[in-house]
Amino acid sequence: MPIKTEPFIVNIGPQHPSTHGVFRMRVTLDGEIITDAEMVVGYLHRSMEKLAEERTWTQNIPFTDRMDYLAAMTGNLSYCLAVERLAGIEVPERAQVLRVLFAELQRIASHAMANGTFINDCGAWQTPLFYMFREREKVLDLFEMTCGARLTLNYMRIGGVAFDIPDEFMPALRALVDELPDRIAEYEQLLVDNEILIMRSRNVGVLPPELAINSSVSGPMLRGSGIAWDIRKADPYSGYDQYEFEIPVGHQGDCYDRFMVRMEEVRQSLRIIKQAMEALPAGRHCADVPLSLRPPAGEIYSRIESPKGELGFYLISDGGPTPFRFHVRSPSLINLTALKEMVTGSSVADAIVTLGSIDINVGELDR
Amino acid sequence: MAGPTVLLPGTDVAARIEASVAGAVEEAHEGWVRIRPDRLLEAARFVRDDRALDGSFLNSLSAVDRYDCFEVVYNLTSMAHNHQFAMKVRAGHDDPVLPSVVSIWYGAHLQEREAYDLLGIRFEGHPDLKRLFLWDGFPGHPLRKDFRQLPGGFSPGLQRFPKEDPNAWGGEFRAD
Repeated sequence: MPIKTEPFIVNIGPQHPSTHGVFRMRVTLDGEIITDAEMVVGYLHRSMEKLAEERTWTQNIPFTDRMDYLAAMTGNLSYCLAVERLAGIEVPERAQVLRVLFAELQRIASHAMANGTFINDCGAWQTPLFYMFREREKVLDLFEMTCGARLTLNYMRIGGVAFDIPDEFMPALRALVDELPDRIAEYEQLLVDNEILIMRSRNVGVLPPELAINSSVSGPMLRGSGIAWDIRKADPYSGYDQYEFEIPVGHQGDCYDRFMVRMEEVRQSLRIIKQAMEALPAGRHCADVPLSLRPPAGEIYSRIESPKGELGFYLISDGGPTPFRFHVRSPSLINLTALKEMVTGSSVADAIVTLGSIDINVGELDR
Repeated sequence: MAGPTVLLPGTDVAARIEASVAGAVEEAHEGWVRIRPDRLLEAARFVRDDRALDGSFLNSLSAVDRYDCFEVVYNLTSMAHNHQFAMKVRAGHDDPVLPSVVSIWYGAHLQEREAYDLLGIRFEGHPDLKRLFLWDGFPGHPLRKDFRQLPGGFSPGLQRFPKEDPNAWGGEFRAD
């Protein structure tokens, strides 16, 4: 006898640990199968783009910390780079290398968080997350000894970085760099061939490459779908063309591939950090930039590869002390464009895993 | 894929568009090309499918209030040729309406909703055009240059946020 079921609507979030912030997904279910999904966002909207039009170019740097608070360094870097390109400011060599060093440390911290919470969403309650946090903690310690903050760093400046590294920084970094390969090997032993993780994430939330490009997806999600596109290679900034590293790609575009891409990117970041430590020249850490900076009238779209994806700034200057327009291309928002296509037809538990593998940050999503 | 990405001059892009979609270009500049709004869909489909331009990846869709008009900027990248270029379109300030490009770049879906929410530009043909960050019934569009404060002043507390209408999403609240 066929049993008739009635579709019903369930709210996942906004207050739910698996939504990574105040994110709400309103799903229509037929039995346990999702037939429609819609995201409801805006709970963390702080109107940064409006506020930024009232503040000077330098005063806007702390906003970029509070966008993606798990990767404040890359937020800083993207904004400062955009302003420097707009105003034509040369950054000293030492500052360039320090920026690469800190951006890659931030990528390790952010990917550790992403993979830890992803495995948490898969059902491995807390243990892998705290393993990952162990390494993230050491990266945050390095940030703390350099700029005094752990999350909202406000470290980069237009024209360089705020402070030079202290004396105790390099020994601590060397200890971390020596230790991390063993740790990564440990995680791989625990997780990569783990039957439960593979069953839970293989062929779940598949994103085909054509849809990935058409829906402007970027970062590890795009590379997980098999497209070798990394802005550090394609459009090098801050001297990334001087470092040797590879771009890991997935093959099937499922959650497991995205997880593996992040895992491998940590290893590649470590390679870049080692080269940056060798290459670090002596010199100044910041160029002379007037406090009341007035870039010439014009506009720029500048992007970098943040841990979440392509973080871009579209800035317009009218020659005044404040931006005329400050628009953020936030990867967390745009990576969610294909969410409906990815979760429709799967069960609720798989939708949670898919959302975890996208690695959103609601601070950056809502801005 | 070896970089750096080349920024195509807007005049070259304009000549290329003009050769196939005649009369679509309104103005060309070194950094961008501006398209007539009524020819936007044709031009957008052309720049996506053309082999030389190959604007298949929509980086960013940004909307700007230019006081006398609204401007929407499409930053496009070709991953095959590793170049980028910018396309602009303008809408009137009183009742800004533009054709939606969601059928061409699905990535514009959320970004057009954002532009509608914060600047009040209506995108005709968008499959699901509604506010993204702010709630339905929010007075005005805050990223407009003439939006200085909330009409009626600031009143703290939750009364500013209306209760969600359950009928709007086809359900009823159940206490159990």
